[in-house]
Amino acid sequence: MKAPKIKLMEVCGTHTMAIARAGIKKLLPDTVELTVELVSGPGCPVCVCSQSDIDRAVEVSRIKDVIMTTFGDMMRVPGRRGSLEDMKRKGSDVRVVYSSLDALNIAKGNPQKKVVFMGIGFETTSPTIAATILEAKKQKIRNFFVLSNFKLIFPALEALAGSKKNKIDGFICPGHVSVITGSIPYEKVAKRYKKPSVITGFETIDILKGIERLINQIKNREYKVEIAYKRAVKKEGNPTARKILGSVFEASDSEWRGLGIIKKSGLKLRKKYRDFGAETRFKVKIPKTRKMRGCACGEVIQGIKSPRDCKLFKKTCTPQNPVGPCMVSSEGSCAAYYKYG
Amino acid sequence: MDNKITLAHGNGGRLMHELIEKLCLKFSNKILNEMADAAELNVPGNKLAFSTDSYVVKPLFFPGGDIGKLAVCGTVNDILMKGAKPLFISLAFIIEEGLELSTLDKITQSIKKASDKAKIQVVTGDIKVVEKGSADKIFINTSGIGVIAHRGRHIGAKAKTGDAIIINGTIAEHGIAVLNAREKLGFVSSIKSDCRNLNFEVGRCLAASKNISVMRDPTRGGLAMALNEIALSSNLGIEINEESIPIKQSVKKMCDILGFDPLYIANEGKFISFVDKKDASKVKKAMGKNARIIGKVVSNHKKEVQLKTEIGSSRILAMLESDQLPRIC
Repeated sequence: MKAPKIKLMEVCGTHTMAIARAGIKKLLPDTVELTVELVSGPGCPVCVCSQSDIDRAVEVSRIKDVIMTTFGDMMRVPGRRGSLEDMKRKGSDVRVVYSSLDALNIAKGNPQKKVVFMGIGFETTSPTIAATILEAKKQKIRNFFVLSNFKLIFPALEALAGSKKNKIDGFICPGHVSVITGSIPYEKVAKRYKKPSVITGFETIDILKGIERLINQIKNREYKVEIAYKRAVKKEGNPTARKILGSVFEASDSEWRGLGIIKKSGLKLRKKYRDFGAETRFKVKIPKTRKMRGCACGEVIQGIKSPRDCKLFKKTCTPQNPVGPCMVSSEGSCAAYYKYG
Repeated sequence: MDNKITLAHGNGGRLMHELIEKLCLKFSNKILNEMADAAELNVPGNKLAFSTDSYVVKPLFFPGGDIGKLAVCGTVNDILMKGAKPLFISLAFIIEEGLELSTLDKITQSIKKASDKAKIQVVTGDIKVVEKGSADKIFINTSGIGVIAHRGRHIGAKAKTGDAIIINGTIAEHGIAVLNAREKLGFVSSIKSDCRNLNFEVGRCLAASKNISVMRDPTRGGLAMALNEIALSSNLGIEINEESIPIKQSVKKMCDILGFDPLYIANEGKFISFVDKKDASKVKKAMGKNARIIGKVVSNHKKEVQLKTEIGSSRILAMLESDQLPRIC
């Protein structure tokens, strides 16, 4: 009998890192009876940020009187003209913040400057930025702007589930995102595309439990959504956070690295809050997107290629000199493969 | 302004003279009191350990320590790691114009306390004042001299196959305490820097065993970098058990939230000993009640550190490639 080969995708970058750190892949079954393979998905927000999103941030950071603020991970992602870290070296005022509220405080402390927050992330992060915008409006702070590069996970999951290229048998679903979204939106993916989906926590034992449940579903030919992270995730998620998010942002088409434009997979500011939009406030010319030669980040994000299949991996592309975003982000799969072997 | 450092405090004139006198009084000892251009030292034996380090920590004061205490303990510990007894230390300040004199006073008091505790004399020093913006408040350089009484050389190249690797306590507290204070992250925590001198434990270790091949304090770059450097210079492999590495839950959780790996976070009061396995339990006892055996030196996977994970798998513990950046979610 042919051995069942199971290919599971961990959607979230935090899972990618946790799996590598605990050495889980080395312990997965690789026998005549059963082979289990794990591939990384599009859940690292830095990795899926499109080239033009990064270029726009870089260009805005070069404008006089702008203070560009962002999460640490974004600093080294190379754009056509260099990274935000490069711009800082050349004299732009670029600052790492731990929360968008820090950026708002910088705006309050520097009324003569324009403070831009490079906003990236999924449903986990975006409600906090929506709350910051509400706060800015309440406090009438007019020198705070957000570059909205937020992504929604479900349209991307559907695109991957529907793709014939990656042959994924099931999804290890992101624990953090699910705290906000709950488990209901996964049902469509599980049922329509027949992909077992298990919402999983981040401790080693959580991940092993998630993998076990997926294998059981696949063996039993079941396609359902399970929550294996009940101490944090409820079926209904966090409706308050979703309400805040929905009051400030609405869904819009968005470009993903490797996946292209996915309908209604991003967030743009609602009309009422457009004054906080950096895209409308700062008109910048962005260099034309050109795929970096040899970089396989796009295929890696889709689970088609492993970082080791990339010709640049560990050669021209290293954490010191990253070519693609999967090597820059601390949660990128290339960085995980590089660091943990 | 009377209560702030001005450029005149560094221009060689009266104000500078007064400041130096005031500082000398604080560290008063026979050698320093000569106020000569150089200190004359009487040193027993003929093998010396000599080490220098500059301190630029921000903020100047953090839970568990300050730049002054750090400047003494850091250099003292480097000398101790050579198996030497620290005796003398130099003290050089680069001060930014505008620093509050009371801040300088607090720092020098802390230096005095730390040097007394480490039984080391400040025997020479220097002050420079630079224009506002040319430094960040205060930078300190200390150089220290110690005598080597012990036979061993305690350098990384001396590690031997089979050596047990022992650490004297929980890791990553200094780096996290400073980060929390600097970035005002708002974490209410009891995490304090472990900054302190290691005289006592090192003395006990050297008395307990003649078979210690390496001692190292895992400061910047953390435990992972210290182990990697030793694996490289000894041309041997190192195997570490993740579960045996002592770490406080609060530190671990904060690292999880920020996306940091505690194995790469700085310590300022920790050291690792590589010792022949027959003496391992003696040395562990000498290193204090929180000491743990965390791994061993092996002859395979040369120049590489392997980490055995808690689920029985293994992975490489690599060199730090670039600064750890706080992650997004």
